[in-house]
Order: sequence, then structure tokens, then C-alpha cells
Amino acid sequence: MSAVAMSVNGKAVTGDVDPRTLLVQFLRDNLRLTGTHVGCDTSQCGACVVHVNGKAMKSCTVFAWQVEGANITTIEGLAEPNGPLHPMQEAFRENHGLQCGYCTPGMIMSAVDIVNRKGNDLDEHTIRHELEGNICRCTGYHNIVKAIAAGAKAMSGAPK
Amino acid sequence: MSATGIGAAVRRKEDQRFITGRGHFTDDVSRPGQVFAVFVRSPHAHATITRIDGKAAMAREGVLAVLTGTELAADKIGNLVCGWMIHSKDGSPMKMAPHPALATGKACYVGDPVAVVIAETLAQAKDAAEAVVVDYAVLPAVVDPAKAQDKGAPQIHAIAPGNTIYQWQLGDAKAVEAALRGAKHVTRLDIVNNRLVPNAIEPRAAIGEYDQGTESFTLWNTTQNPHVARLVISAFVGMAPEHKLRVIAPDVGGGFGSKIFIYPEEVVALWAAKRVSRPVKWVCDRSEAFLADAHGRDHVTHAEMAFDAGGKITGVKVKTIANLGAYMSTFSSSIPTYLYATLLSGQYDIEAIYCEVDAVYTNTVPVDAYRGAGRPEATFVVERLVEVGARELALDPVELRRRNFIRSFPHQTPVIMNYDAGDYPGALRKAIELADLKGFGKRKRDAARHGKLRGIGFSTYIEACGIAPSQAVGSLGAGVGLWESAEVRVNPTGSVELLTGCHQHGQGHETTFAQVVSERLGIPIDNVSVVHGDTDKVQFGMGTYGSRSGAVGLSAVVKALDKIETKAKKVAAHMLEAAEGDIVFKDGTFTVAGTDKSAAWGDVALNAYIAHKFTGAELEPGLKEGAFYDPTNFTFPAGCHICEVEVDPETGITEIAAWTAVDDFGTVINPMIVEGQVHGGIAQGVGQAMCEHAVYDDNGQLVTGSLMDYCMPRAHDLPSFKIDTAATRCPGNPLGIKGCGEAGAIAAPAAVINAITDAIGTENLTMPATAQTVWSALQKTGNSRKAA
Repeated sequence: MSAVAMSVNGKAVTGDVDPRTLLVQFLRDNLRLTGTHVGCDTSQCGACVVHVNGKAMKSCTVFAWQVEGANITTIEGLAEPNGPLHPMQEAFRENHGLQCGYCTPGMIMSAVDIVNRKGNDLDEHTIRHELEGNICRCTGYHNIVKAIAAGAKAMSGAPK
Repeated sequence: MSATGIGAAVRRKEDQRFITGRGHFTDDVSRPGQVFAVFVRSPHAHATITRIDGKAAMAREGVLAVLTGTELAADKIGNLVCGWMIHSKDGSPMKMAPHPALATGKACYVGDPVAVVIAETLAQAKDAAEAVVVDYAVLPAVVDPAKAQDKGAPQIHAIAPGNTIYQWQLGDAKAVEAALRGAKHVTRLDIVNNRLVPNAIEPRAAIGEYDQGTESFTLWNTTQNPHVARLVISAFVGMAPEHKLRVIAPDVGGGFGSKIFIYPEEVVALWAAKRVSRPVKWVCDRSEAFLADAHGRDHVTHAEMAFDAGGKITGVKVKTIANLGAYMSTFSSSIPTYLYATLLSGQYDIEAIYCEVDAVYTNTVPVDAYRGAGRPEATFVVERLVEVGARELALDPVELRRRNFIRSFPHQTPVIMNYDAGDYPGALRKAIELADLKGFGKRKRDAARHGKLRGIGFSTYIEACGIAPSQAVGSLGAGVGLWESAEVRVNPTGSVELLTGCHQHGQGHETTFAQVVSERLGIPIDNVSVVHGDTDKVQFGMGTYGSRSGAVGLSAVVKALDKIETKAKKVAAHMLEAAEGDIVFKDGTFTVAGTDKSAAWGDVALNAYIAHKFTGAELEPGLKEGAFYDPTNFTFPAGCHICEVEVDPETGITEIAAWTAVDDFGTVINPMIVEGQVHGGIAQGVGQAMCEHAVYDDNGQLVTGSLMDYCMPRAHDLPSFKIDTAATRCPGNPLGIKGCGEAGAIAAPAAVINAITDAIGTENLTMPATAQTVWSALQKTGNSRKAA
């Protein structure tokens, strides 16, 4: 077992884990933050995307010990507890950007990262290509693309 | 229309938990003391199991049990079953081979579970599973359905000589032969409907728990139909009496059919939980899911369509070999028969249809319903025949369709179905306008200037949904009734819990079902909670598949609401001191007709419970009503999808340039949700047409066994869609709903292939039409050079 320590959603957390524990397992099983999902085992689907030091990362591709000391944000930490939703969360609801909801946390975390990298004015082509690493089986992406474009615009008026 | 009633694009009530990471999926459930199951699966497609030695695995740290089919049989755990009896044309029943949850004697496909390891942690269970020694004597395998019946093909089950499960027929063979003989022209096609992996993004999972004190089981399960799971696991598998088994299907992350079925893993999780006296959790890995979830489609078909001199279709003849895989999954037998051949009339008035279907065993994962289930296969056959027929007859494919459309209803087809309502020319007309068909010639010329081949393809599809009238399906072999139930519980404060036997796994029932209640009772949508997915809460229900929840589930809701209104009027009559017959209920208020005396919904609800205004002899207190609704017919959603593609002749890379869909779903409860269903269906249909393919090698190894190898459509593979509706009311149910869940997946493959073949000028194109496939097809034509 090995000790890990990091900051998750603004809180300092520690754990004593098997060295092969993936970040997603640490989040889900140790911290019981089950909003981050596992949809595959080959880093294709993106259901597990979280932010590590402000950048999107598939949490199934890293061991927990590899992000020792990092600042992690998960879907649960995107908005303040009991506060208003993050504009991207609101945009997914407003534009029906989700159906079963399983890929959604990863989609939203990726979407926020796209905006952080590409700005608030995103065209359809850019969004579709930036979603290369996220698979949705329900929506045909149509409304996810709309949601991300709308969420990106809304983020220009809100703290990221 | 109220802001939250029928027809309003209400934002979904369920979204709050999903967008904030507070969903509650099966893998999110953690039971005190739970341990973990990992399955040992056969690496061979066909092999005799000569020895299973779990001693080394048992010796590892944390391991509680290594269990095999021997223990399963000793505990008298029964086999998994297929619940739909199909008889062959000679009258003999289908050949259902025994399907134990853990293989005994031999393994029949790569992935067939042969043992399970239970350990304290998942990592320990995985390690120990590696240490289980299984000796196999490998047997030759057969994977291609077209070769399964060959002389000398490996025989998979003793009960099924020639690997043949049934040889079924529907329709009038003689009439069709006569039509073919008398035809001006016959179009003939050989079609392979490619095998698919459903790949809901949430992998399947199960947690079994046994309570020694009450001798009862609980199963948390990724299922689309918890009550059916409970019934089968109790009545057939024999795990526990039905009242001693609770099945909970919490949030489920997509199903598309693959979570209908009763699988080995959930049976084993329950059984093992009792054996080790601990809750047992199993969560499928994605790559494991490729070997463990039922696949879809996999038909090999020869089809012929006869035309007279005027382009009128006079007959259709179809012969299909359907691959059902190594064992018969829960509803597998019905998919290539009654959900397939019954739709071979399409939207067309055809006098004679005959279809033969041979279902075969192969050494592959079992095949069962996948979104559309039989109807995409039928639509592909019909819509390819029509399109190719038009090209061969040098007729406009739109005109050929118009000449053959059914125009009066009800319409009895020669293959069982009685279409109740539709306007096929209307949907086509609207789609053509929306797609700007007039401008296609210019777009094609523009594309040619850029060295691209542009093509257009139509798919005027029909499906039978609202599954299903119980007596009708019973006469066709179904082992269950397919009605639906609802219960409306009004609280003393007037808020409502609506219990339904349907199950949502993306469809948004918590919103749409609440909309129907909101409209009917005149109460805010936020005052309605929809309860589903737990056999301890909902008494019974048949679950969600076959686009049935609106047409059947909401009809049960309406029936229960009728009873609620009747009872509430009695309460109001006592409150308002009026005759029951004089009470009018509108917009949440009970009024005595012709007076200004009224009582609000909330007051009536309260009075129903405090019961101060009537005696027990006059009226029973409380306000709760249930209903079962059994449909009288299938529903027949239909529509027109138009796909435009541009092919790069140098590479074969094909881009979907435009997509137009005009669908007739009858009454729409929430257009936003319905459009979302269409988008998702089209994406799956495009996936089938252009990239998805479950490929086995000759030894029965699944070559496309992970998301690295199996191509799922990504955002950049798809366009934005132009969607509209052209509704005719369904006369068969109270709200006039037809259903929308499968339409896109049914319509899309034919539209895509019709468009690509139009672009490249050859019909010789198989699905999936990958760049390589399209490029190869182009090389056999002159068109690879023409455009470039």
C-alpha cells in the first residue's frame, strides 16, 4: 500500500491505496465521489474526465500516486455546493445535452476544458473535433454540440 | 397547452442529478461488507472443459470462493431461458439448448463464463481469476451464420442438428412465386446485416445480497425491466420465490435492448451472495462487455422484389439466416421472426409477401434485441429493394415510393400487421421540402467541381411499436403478456407519486410521465414524482423497450388518472354537497356545473384523507388508483429520412453532408425529448451503416473486442440533423402516441447506403461502408476516375 495526498474539489484528502489504484478508483471507491464514471478500459470513452491542475485528464489513465499533490476537480466540485450551477452544467440541461447521464460528467468536464483552451466562441467543427475523446451513445452528439456552444458563451460572463 | 403539459418542451427533471455527478448507477451502490466477483471466461470459441482447478486461486489472499457450474448445478440453480417459442414450418418447436449460468462440460463462445472468483477486493478477485486453471480440449468452431448449417460444420448443441434452431416461415409462398413469375422486373439483392455491439456507455453491473434473517434476496441490476428479471430468476432459474427476491434497477446508463435480457452474471451474483454470506458485486469491464453483452443484427439475406410494368410492387420474397449465437438469449427467437418478417411490407401496398428465416447457433456471443430489433433489418431489406428497383427501372425513387404507398387505413398487410393510421406521402413531401431536394442537382454539380461524388438516399421506414397486445403476442409464442401498469398515489397535500412498470435509462420518463399528470390534474410538474425501477415499490411491470413506454406505459397512466378523477369527483361532491354527476373537473378545480361552487385539487386531496365530509359507508377514504393497460394493436410509427453524402473518390472517405428526418410518432409529449431520441437513433443507424462491425475470425475470436477496435460513432462522424414531424394520431391508445425510441436506428442504415450507392454508382456495397469499403467498391466502377 502507498500513501497518497492531493486536493480534491478544494479539500485536502489522503488515502492509503494499492499502488495500482487508478485515480478514478481513488475518487470513486476511496472518496465516494461517484460522479466520475468508468465507461471503458482503453481510455476511449471519456466518462472519467476530471481536471488535474486545471486541465482535462482521463482519470482512468493515471495512477492515484501519479497525481500526488495535485489539485483535482471532479463534476461534484464544478459548482459551489448548494450554489448556482456552472454555466456548462446549465447549458447541458437547457439544450438537452444528456439522456442516460452516464457520459455526462466527462462530457461537461471536457467541455469546460475546451472552452478554457479554445475560448468562448466555438464553432460546430471545433466542438465536434475536440470531442474526439468522449463517446456518447444516446444523443448522437447533436445537442451536446449545441450545449457546449451555448455553455461556452455563457462562461464568458462567469468565473471559470 | 400548459407550460408543463402535453406538447411542451419541458426541461428534464432528472437532469439535476446527472449534471452534478449525483446520479445513482448500480456501480455507485456500495453495500456494507460487499465482496467482488470476477468471472473466468473461456478463451476458446468451442472447447470441452476437461478440468477446472481453483486451488491456487483459493489459496490467494482475500479469496472467499471459486465457484463453477458443478456447484451451480448442485445447488439446483436452473438454466437461463428464451421466453418466446417459435415453431418451425414443420410444426416442431425451436431447439433451445440448455444454458447454464456457468458453462459445464463445454464452452461455446469466447467469453462463456466457466468459473467465478469471489474476493474481498476487486484487485484480489482479478488476480485470483488469473490463477484459476482451466484445461480445455479445443473443438472446431463455426462463426459465420451462412456456414453454420453446412454439412460437416462443427455441431454446437446435440439438441440442434445442423445448428438449426428453427426454420420458420411467414406469408404465402405460392402467391409470391406467381408474382415473381408474372413480374415485369425483379430486383434481387444479397444483403448482410452486420453484427453490432450495443455498447451502452454504462457497462452492466450487478450486486447480489442475501438476508439470512428473512431468507430473501436483493439484486441491484442494470436492467431495463426489473420485474421481468425477477420473474425469470425466480420462476425459471429458481433462485428464490418471487416474493423473496427484490430487484432494483437504479439509474441505468443506456440500454438499447442489451439490458433487457437475463444474464449469467446477475444470477451468479445472487447465488454467490448466499454461498459466501456477503453482498457480491460484479461490474463489467468494457472489453469484457464485448464478450458478455448480447450482440445485435447478424443476418444473411437474399431478397427479391417483383414489379409490374407500372412500377407497382407485386411481391416480396425473403430468405434470411439469423445468427443467434451460442445460446438462445431471453427474447432472441422473436427478433428475426415476428419483429422482422412482419414489417416486410414497409409503407407499401404489397399483395404477396413470403419470408423464410432459419435461426442458427454459432460459436459467438448470444444475439438478441438491439435498438430496433428486427425492424432495422426489415427496413434495410425493403428500402434497399425499393431504391435499387427504382434505379433498375430508371424511375425516380421518390416516384416509385409514391406509386406504392399505402393510402387508406386500416390496412391489413399479408404479414400479420394491421396498420392503423399514417400519412406516408405527407411525411415524404415534408421531408423533400426540408431537405431541399430541388437543390440537390446543383449541390451534386458543386461537389463534382471539388472532385467529390455527392449522393442522396431515402428511407421511408415503418416500425411496429407499442409492444404489445398480450393476446396477440401470446398467439405468436410469447411467454409473457406485454401490457403495462401504473399507479397514481395522491398525497394529502395534493402532490403525486406516479409509479410505473416502465423503466427509464435515458428516455426522460421522470419528465414526460409527470407532464401527463400535470396536464390532467392541473398541478405543477414539480409536484409529481415518478417512481420506477424497484420491484418493492412498483407491483409489476414489463419494462422499457420496443418504443413502448409512451404508447403502452402512458396509456396505463391515463387509465389510472381516469380512476383518480372519478374518485376525486366523489370526494368533491361530498365537499360541495352536490351530485357526483354535476361535478366538473378542469385545470385543477372541481366545480358544480352551473354554479360558482368549487373546490381546489389540494382541498379535495386533503378531504379524501381526512374523510370528514363523508362516512365510511358512503365512500372509502384515500386517493390512490392503479391500472393495467393492454394495447389492442401495435402502433406504427413511420416517416422519411433523407441522407446526403459526399464521397472522396480518391480515399473512399464519406461525409454525411446533410440529414433530414420527418417522422410520424403520433402525439408528442415533449418535442425536445423526442428529437433527442431521433438524434440518438440516427447516430446508431449511421454507426451501423458506416463504421460499426463486430468481427470474428474463423476461430471464433472477437477481433473487434474493445473500443480501440470497434468503431463507435464520434461527434465528428456525424452532422447536425434537420428534424421535423408529420403526425397522424394513433387511434389505438388514449393519448394517440406511436413511439419514437427506435425510429432513427431503423431508418438510418438504408438511407446511408442508398445515398452512398447513389454517389458511387454501384449497389455492390456492404455495411459498414468504411472508407476502405467504399474505395474498394469504387475501384470496380468507372466512377473513381470520373469525378477526380
